Amino acid sequence: MDVVFLLWDGVIACLEPLNLLLIVIGVSVGLFIGAMPGLGSVNGVAILLPATFLVPPTSAMIFLAAIYYGAMYGGAISSITLGIPGASTAVATTFDGRPLALSGRANQALVTAAIASFVGGTFANVLFTGFAPPLASVALSFGPPEIFALMLLAFATFVGLGGDDIPKTILSICLGLVLSAVGFDVISGEPRLIFMDITGFMHGINFLVLAIGVYGIGEMLWTINANRDEITMTGAEITVRNVLAAAKKTAGAWRGTTIGSALGFFVGILPAAGATPGSLMAYGVTKMTAKRPEEYGKGSINGVAAPEAANNSASTGAMLPMVTLGIPGSPTTAVLLGGMVIWGLQPGPRLFTDQPDFVWPLVGSFYVSNFIALVVNLAFIPLFLWMLRMPFTILAPVIFTLSVVGGYAATQDMHDVWLMLIFGIGAFLLRILDYPLAPAVLAIVLGPIAEPTLRQSLLLSSGDPMIFLNRPIAGPITVIALILIFLPAIKLILDKVRKKNQAT
Amino acid sequence: MRRAELVTAIILGFLSIYIMWKSGQSSWGDGWGDSIKYAEGEGPGSGFWPFWLSAIMLMSCVWIVINWVRRKSPPSRSTEKYLDSYGVLTLLKVGGGVTAFIGLIHFIGMYGAMTVFLIYYLAFLGRHNWITTLSISLGAPVVTFFFFDVAMRIVLPKGYLEPLFIPLYDIFL
Repeated sequence: MDVVFLLWDGVIACLEPLNLLLIVIGVSVGLFIGAMPGLGSVNGVAILLPATFLVPPTSAMIFLAAIYYGAMYGGAISSITLGIPGASTAVATTFDGRPLALSGRANQALVTAAIASFVGGTFANVLFTGFAPPLASVALSFGPPEIFALMLLAFATFVGLGGDDIPKTILSICLGLVLSAVGFDVISGEPRLIFMDITGFMHGINFLVLAIGVYGIGEMLWTINANRDEITMTGAEITVRNVLAAAKKTAGAWRGTTIGSALGFFVGILPAAGATPGSLMAYGVTKMTAKRPEEYGKGSINGVAAPEAANNSASTGAMLPMVTLGIPGSPTTAVLLGGMVIWGLQPGPRLFTDQPDFVWPLVGSFYVSNFIALVVNLAFIPLFLWMLRMPFTILAPVIFTLSVVGGYAATQDMHDVWLMLIFGIGAFLLRILDYPLAPAVLAIVLGPIAEPTLRQSLLLSSGDPMIFLNRPIAGPITVIALILIFLPAIKLILDKVRKKNQAT
Repeated sequence: MRRAELVTAIILGFLSIYIMWKSGQSSWGDGWGDSIKYAEGEGPGSGFWPFWLSAIMLMSCVWIVINWVRRKSPPSRSTEKYLDSYGVLTLLKVGGGVTAFIGLIHFIGMYGAMTVFLIYYLAFLGRHNWITTLSISLGAPVVTFFFFDVAMRIVLPKGYLEPLFIPLYDIFL
């Protein structure tokens, strides 16, 4: 029952005026970012992280987590009213949300999305609270080989499950890891990779430089280039009576909500998967197991509830490995993890024992943020609809400005601002060619943990790489990682064998 | 798109080779490649990790080129233009605008450059009226100043406009 008391203390800490205020602001900012096409939770968290140096680490983390949750709710607003997903996590919400809006039931879709999000988020929070402490205590016994094996597993999920071009994914991972290696080598103290002998590289490349470059500048350029068409908006009439009536009907979406909540959490834990595939899978499974699957795509409330429950559930799922193992389950949590390092916290299993004052208010904030996001979402839908009419030519320069100021504030070195611009333009050019960039951002955050653990492990075994295979916990993890890496190759061979069999 | 795919892979390949070479270089005067080796009692050297990572990057580039030859990846099959004229114009106007913004910081500081950039973007790219343009481009530096310089004590660069800020420092800092 300890957990319940700790959680209760955490919730109380969240209700302190400063934290509560930050939650309300964070959730509102998140809702807006989520609703704006072209901006998702990761953009918001990356660009606003430098702004959180103002408050203590716990409050900063609560604020950023609130943005994360808010964005998951917000994505549905533009999916339904504009027919274009506000964030990639809300792609599946358009399938049934848009038809509902076009048939004049935008209210119903918006209310169902909000309630399903709340149920999915709360369900995942309960699972998180139950799973996190035991997982962290198991992880306490992990040595360098186990931690490196976990890193390998995290990267392997991108290769095996990411669904992007495989050599491009591997390249992206390695590039992120190389960038994290620039500067002083932590073990020998030797400076390395000082490109062209520019002294700015001596202090290394801060992960925010890459994250803001990719998600601030690169993503904005990409969105401006990609969204050229005019958009028509379907309005919604939100009154108390409408909301209550729609909420009653939402009970009919229990099936989609349940499937989404459960599936989302477990998909969210996987580093490569996260909320976007989680919500698509939840939609698919709900449709597949439905009595009348032909109703889907024409305006089924189950089709709105499933992806919305799943993306909120997945965002909590992604927090689980981040808080307990120090391995982020999504690009957004990777940025949060990088933030924790800046605030002087050592991510990993020790967090639960060493920093209970940080962990429990954060966990408590998941519950509080979820509730506040529901209330703010329902209360201010008209305001969000009004803001969605704001032309992108106002939002874009403001985001660019925030990116440049944030990029400077992070390290206070103009060298890094120029580097951020290079990364941003590079990310834009690479993205057109389907290079995935999330693995690089994850890698630059994990690099400073992955490299020392690899080198310490090899030192322990006097250079024998078998150390990753013959230890009881590291072994199975490495094997799973290797299977995931070779999964695409295995699939290819199986396909060829099958084709041959068919031919004969 | 097809040509861009190949050119990008080759550029990234050369970048990988450059990083491999750079990893082997020692800042402490050892011979090339010593930092990559495994030293008894010390474990792998400082160049070990980046060297093998960039070697994997190089292999990935070769793989991308093989996929290009076999026309396996979507961009290597696409007949669309990599960047059409709209895309090039976007990159020049917007990317160029941000580049000029960062360049100007060296001369007229963060606040001056921010104002110039916002006026350029809002008035010329966005074609907004002057009320919108001026309220945002003059409001943004004020908000930023109070947030960063005053509240967080992160002093943003002022460039040649530094003298203008001295009275403000006297009041708020």
